[in-house]
Amino acid sequence: MARRPIEPFLWILFSAGGVFAALLIPVLLFLFGLAFPLGWLAPPSYEHLVAVLGHPLSRVLLFLLCTSWLFHGAHRFRYTLYDGLQLQHLKELIVLVCYGGAIVGSVAAGVCLWRLP
Amino acid sequence: MSDSGYREFRPRWYRPRMSTWWWLKRWSSLAFILRELSSIFVAWFVVFFLILVGALGRGGHGYHEFLSWAASPSIVILNAVSLAFIVFHAITWFNLAPQAMVVRLGGKRVPAALIAGANYGAWVVTSAIVAWLIVGG
Amino acid sequence: MADRIVLEVARYRPEAEAEPTLQRYEVPFRKDWVILDGLNHIKDHLDGTLAYRWSCRMGVCGSCGMTVNGEPKLTCATFLSDYAPGPVRVEPLRNFPIIRDVIVDIGDFMKKLSAVKPWIIRDSEKPLAEGEYRQTPDELDHYKQYSMCINCMLCYAACPVYGLDPEFLGPAAIALGQRYNLDSRDQGARERHKILSKHDGIWSCTFVGECTKVCPKNVDPAGAIQRYKLTSALEWVKDFVMPWRGQ
Repeated sequence: MARRPIEPFLWILFSAGGVFAALLIPVLLFLFGLAFPLGWLAPPSYEHLVAVLGHPLSRVLLFLLCTSWLFHGAHRFRYTLYDGLQLQHLKELIVLVCYGGAIVGSVAAGVCLWRLP
Repeated sequence: MSDSGYREFRPRWYRPRMSTWWWLKRWSSLAFILRELSSIFVAWFVVFFLILVGALGRGGHGYHEFLSWAASPSIVILNAVSLAFIVFHAITWFNLAPQAMVVRLGGKRVPAALIAGANYGAWVVTSAIVAWLIVGG
Repeated sequence: MADRIVLEVARYRPEAEAEPTLQRYEVPFRKDWVILDGLNHIKDHLDGTLAYRWSCRMGVCGSCGMTVNGEPKLTCATFLSDYAPGPVRVEPLRNFPIIRDVIVDIGDFMKKLSAVKPWIIRDSEKPLAEGEYRQTPDELDHYKQYSMCINCMLCYAACPVYGLDPEFLGPAAIALGQRYNLDSRDQGARERHKILSKHDGIWSCTFVGECTKVCPKNVDPAGAIQRYKLTSALEWVKDFVMPWRGQ
């Protein structure tokens, strides 16, 4: 009996991450990356931000979102290395670096969100 | 040249090799690779976001340090480029969604424009809700 | 308006040269001529040694696919007037080994086509007395688009993944697998799943979308592949949640 394939699962993570990235990252990056630092919009108060992000539901949601975004990026980047740079002979290394990085990043996200006051 | 008998002729097939720079040869290929490279900027956003979360752990003081750091020219440029790539990802994703998901209502296929439109609508609504949650208060 | 146009046609004579070259021919330029008419003129009047495939000359047999000015096209469906004043470069389809001139070997595709079992598979045939298999127009609509494939392989020529990895099953084969999976008379989806969901099956595809752009019959193989990825992923979830499901 062949090993159960992992590829469909990775594709599901990629797809979910892609949808969430498309829907949520533009507004978040616009606000925190440009609007607030450059003063286009008044940044929210520290207390408000911590209240919104620190809510248990937010923490769980953000953890799941970060994980999906990281796996989306890892999966896509893996295939870009195959197609763009024709690095198929380094397949095992690429898989390790990409998904390993995503796992490390997800753990880091969990720790950071846990530590939020 | 005369042949004394049957000589089997085996033609040597020509197999062109695909260049490593194949994606620079047409606009559509370049657009495809840029779309795929948006993955790097998605990962950068997660890092940036976690830096924000870490900064919040250092109190109001940490938060303001983060905002100053985020206002520095190199970070602003990085985030502007990232935003461009991620918006490109979003647009290409929503435009391709109808091809990947065929929805049938009453036996007929829902037109592609409607499915893409619904995705864009969801984008606007979600962004509005998130912005309201963060800015409000 | 000029009444002649230059065709630069790839020549490859393995008995005489190591690499393909381009040979210039000047052919009459008629508003209603297609590239294939130009090639036939060359063969009939200018150079009988030119080797190329063609058959129906009306876009249904899939024989005359070539690379015209860098794009995969059916030469019987591509007008010379679109390229006036020329020259028009005619080369073999990309991503396939070149046998001679603009003729490529399609054996790899034929192998992959049989691998997806492009025929109605049933657990048991209905006895003749029970009559024909009936299908509503809506059921036909489910797969009709994918049945339009003429096996011209323009999609393989356009697909960068196939160019980089010749093991990739490829757009047409997967679309044809889907044509049968979505046919209400067919019961072979599980059997095709084994071939389609191998790593070099649907999972190598990165939805570049070039295949759909070049398809002369609007089959939309890219859409077929993405839809099957979703189907396969849902199958995976079902198998994961209910491992006791039938083998």
